[in-house]
Amino acid sequence: MLKKSLSLVMVFTMAFLLTGCELALFDPAGPIGEQAKDLIIISVALLLIVIIPVLFMSIYFPYKYRTSNKNAEYKPSWEHSTKIELVVWIVPCLIIAALAYFTYVTSHTLDPRKPLGKDKDTLTIQVVAMDWKWLFIYPEQQIATVNEISIPVNTPVEFLITSDTVMNSFFIPRLGSQIYAMAGMENRLNLMASEEGTFRGMSANYSGFGFSGMKFKTHSVDQAGFDAWVNKVKASEHVLDEPTYKALSEKSKDNPVVYYSDVDPLHFKKTIEKYTGVQNGK
Amino acid sequence: MASKATIITDPDPLTGKLTWDSIPVHDPVILPVMICAILGGLFLFALITKMGKWRYLWEEWFTSVDHKKIGIMYVIAAIVMLVRGFADAIMMRTHQALATADSVGAGYLPPEHYDQIFTAHGVIMIFFVAMPLVVGLMNIVVPLQIGARDVAFPFLNSLSFWLFVVGALLVNISLFLGEFAATGWLAYPPLSGIEYSPWVGVDYWLWALQISGIGTLLTGVNFFVTIIRMRAPGMKLMQMPVFTWTSLCANVLIILSFPILTVTITLLTLDRYLGTNFFTNDLGGNQMMYVNLIWAWGHPEVYILILPAFGIFSEVAATFSRKRLFGYTSLVWATAVIMVLAMVVWLHHFFTMGAGSSVNAFFGIATMIIAVPTGVKIFNWLFTMYKGRVEFTASMWWTCSFLFTFTIGGMTGVMLAVPAADFVLHNSLFLIAHFHNVIIGGAVFGYFAGLTYWWPKATGWMLDEKLNKLSCALWTIGFFVAFMPLYILGFNGMTRRLNYYDNPEWTPLLIIAMIGAFIVAAGIAVQFYMGFISFKNRKQNMDVTGDPWNGRTLEWATSSPPPFYNFAKLPKIHDRDEHHYKKEHGLAYEKPEKYSKIHMPSNTWAGFVISAFSLTLGFGFVWHIWWMVIASFVGIVASWIAYSFDRNKDYYVPVDQVEEIESKHLAAVAEHAAKNGK
Repeated sequence: MLKKSLSLVMVFTMAFLLTGCELALFDPAGPIGEQAKDLIIISVALLLIVIIPVLFMSIYFPYKYRTSNKNAEYKPSWEHSTKIELVVWIVPCLIIAALAYFTYVTSHTLDPRKPLGKDKDTLTIQVVAMDWKWLFIYPEQQIATVNEISIPVNTPVEFLITSDTVMNSFFIPRLGSQIYAMAGMENRLNLMASEEGTFRGMSANYSGFGFSGMKFKTHSVDQAGFDAWVNKVKASEHVLDEPTYKALSEKSKDNPVVYYSDVDPLHFKKTIEKYTGVQNGK
Repeated sequence: MASKATIITDPDPLTGKLTWDSIPVHDPVILPVMICAILGGLFLFALITKMGKWRYLWEEWFTSVDHKKIGIMYVIAAIVMLVRGFADAIMMRTHQALATADSVGAGYLPPEHYDQIFTAHGVIMIFFVAMPLVVGLMNIVVPLQIGARDVAFPFLNSLSFWLFVVGALLVNISLFLGEFAATGWLAYPPLSGIEYSPWVGVDYWLWALQISGIGTLLTGVNFFVTIIRMRAPGMKLMQMPVFTWTSLCANVLIILSFPILTVTITLLTLDRYLGTNFFTNDLGGNQMMYVNLIWAWGHPEVYILILPAFGIFSEVAATFSRKRLFGYTSLVWATAVIMVLAMVVWLHHFFTMGAGSSVNAFFGIATMIIAVPTGVKIFNWLFTMYKGRVEFTASMWWTCSFLFTFTIGGMTGVMLAVPAADFVLHNSLFLIAHFHNVIIGGAVFGYFAGLTYWWPKATGWMLDEKLNKLSCALWTIGFFVAFMPLYILGFNGMTRRLNYYDNPEWTPLLIIAMIGAFIVAAGIAVQFYMGFISFKNRKQNMDVTGDPWNGRTLEWATSSPPPFYNFAKLPKIHDRDEHHYKKEHGLAYEKPEKYSKIHMPSNTWAGFVISAFSLTLGFGFVWHIWWMVIASFVGIVASWIAYSFDRNKDYYVPVDQVEEIESKHLAAVAEHAAKNGK
């Protein structure tokens, strides 16, 4: 019975794993996501060295040494073996040591703050988490949007992330890493798309009743497409000024995409300083 | 319901923020539950009154300081709360399976309700199901395993239990009066601050956790002292049964970590009640500090839940492999290593907060080092079965299912410990699948193994083995069907706590997960049926000898259920598997030359009464009813003072009574031995 149910479970698991090739994290669209995927595969491969024998033993031992199998050896007072102890301490230690090496290296190479290219080639996008939508500011282009971004393909992008409300997490699964958005603080996340397409983005950290609607589309397009998109935003009749921002700050669910043709270049800085000003004695 | 309730800024002096609108009669989901709960409560009240059992309940249970009875009450409370927490789980799974939509309004639960459900599910399952099962099993087993008459501080033990009940009651009251927190189970500020959650939900959360948390801290101190000071003569530390060892380590973790919880909750309470700015966005508040503090408690908490389960597997594996436990010393050291490391890995819960890469690497590597001693434990259980005679009792089923399931959960845990991988897996359904994999497949299966194993010891009758195995199979299959899809969904970029989602690719897997939840529900139903049938047929399933499994450790040396004083004469310890040793050497069930009177603690009203005042204190705080807060506080202090003047704290059991109880048991053992031709 137990064996049967376990084999059933194995079949299930295998079936799922076989569909794995179409999954967002296994189909990354940028170098960061690519490395994260490799890291997941390496860590699974390393762990399977010990997991597979354990899973095997966890079925084989109880089966082999079942009460009804009188042919199996029985040693009721056997309780110690230095050899086995050495193996079960040292082998996991070696595997973890290998994994620790990858951990240390990738913690540095995949540091979200680490730029992916030269400063002048990098596109900066400022991100403000709000209740319950994302505000994106392109300081160089002096435009802003709600719930939509466009990035040129193969161009490093640096996201500067803060929040004008509670904690959120900025996450575009197919591009890679996520990072928290917190009020009064600026977090940095460097990503790059190496293929064109539209990727889902969301808040990965629960932030209140409208949280599920904090989703946005990321369009990765060629340079011409990006310029066209910027021009489209520039053509918008909306401008992100004080009263508009105040209205936008009201809680709202499932906010539609909005374009702003102009924005105060210091808006992002002011949003952060709104919370830290007092702390700095201003 | 949070969003619909008017926010009351000037509470009424008499009723505080409480108004008729606080009762969620308009909610089509809550109203029937409320009616059922009220009718059920009235029925239970009437039934007890009609049977005239109030006096019995009060004298034998509510005021009891007997660790075995307190343990049983913990387990009953945990099972009741399991039903509540699991109802939440079923609602979430059915809702998400139906919630494919572009905008709010999908499924059958609005976010204002759904968000309370996932918060309540987490809080209930951790604080009011897993914790009472751990503490309940420790209560039933630890004093018996070390040959003690009771715990070190019997009154505190009773107080701990009733404070825990207060926490559970507050969570349940929130269902019918006001609302519960809609913040996620750890209530991260600033979302849980007064600015973003002006409703009473978070206040219920605060006071439920604060009051029950103090109870847990007292338990930690109590059992630590009990294990260190009250072992039977001759029992060295390295002769303690492994369950006692893991309990000791879990209690050390309670003592170290629960004060952090108390302080963190207090600071958040000050923020909400007095307008301080510990965790607010502005005026110097620091939300990152809260997240660090809550996980500095929260991570050790995970090990408080799992370590005793590891102890249970060690006992069960040795008993039913009919063999000494393999690598005892190694297991004890592995437990101690896990205990120490548990305190230094909390940051892995938020690698994505933006700490430096070296900080993340440190905590990541510290976390994966825990996999080494945990792996050693798994090998030790496997080699305990190796060259044994494995008997597939129900508790062994749970153990085998655990070994397989938990190993997978351990692997996904190490994956999450790699910071750069966590950047894409954090807060995804992969994470949800991982921690359910280790908590259900590790801790909960352990508690069920333990309940099965020690049930006859606590009650005197056995649980139906066949139904128990059936429920184990349903739980195991249900677990895999419910959570393997969530691993996949995590890989497919689905994050947690979504009320609706616009990606139809996710729907089929969520439907499979829902089916899994229903299979687990069937497993729970079988468990209830098993309890009912076993109770009904208990006359045929009596455990007459007190040693139904041919056990190895000391708790099997007394009768089932044990006499209130546990052991007529405190045993002298020869071996780690003391009862096994005695049976081997023909020393078990020997009648001592003479009995002596036994010093025992008296029952007391104080734990119940102090906790009753704590309930009104918490309730008063939640609703800002200040006269109630003051009156309750005075009540607590006055009861405590009154109790301290109570001279009737202990008594002696006369020799005659001991002799009578013991001869009965020895006669039963002899009769049973004769019948079985031994």
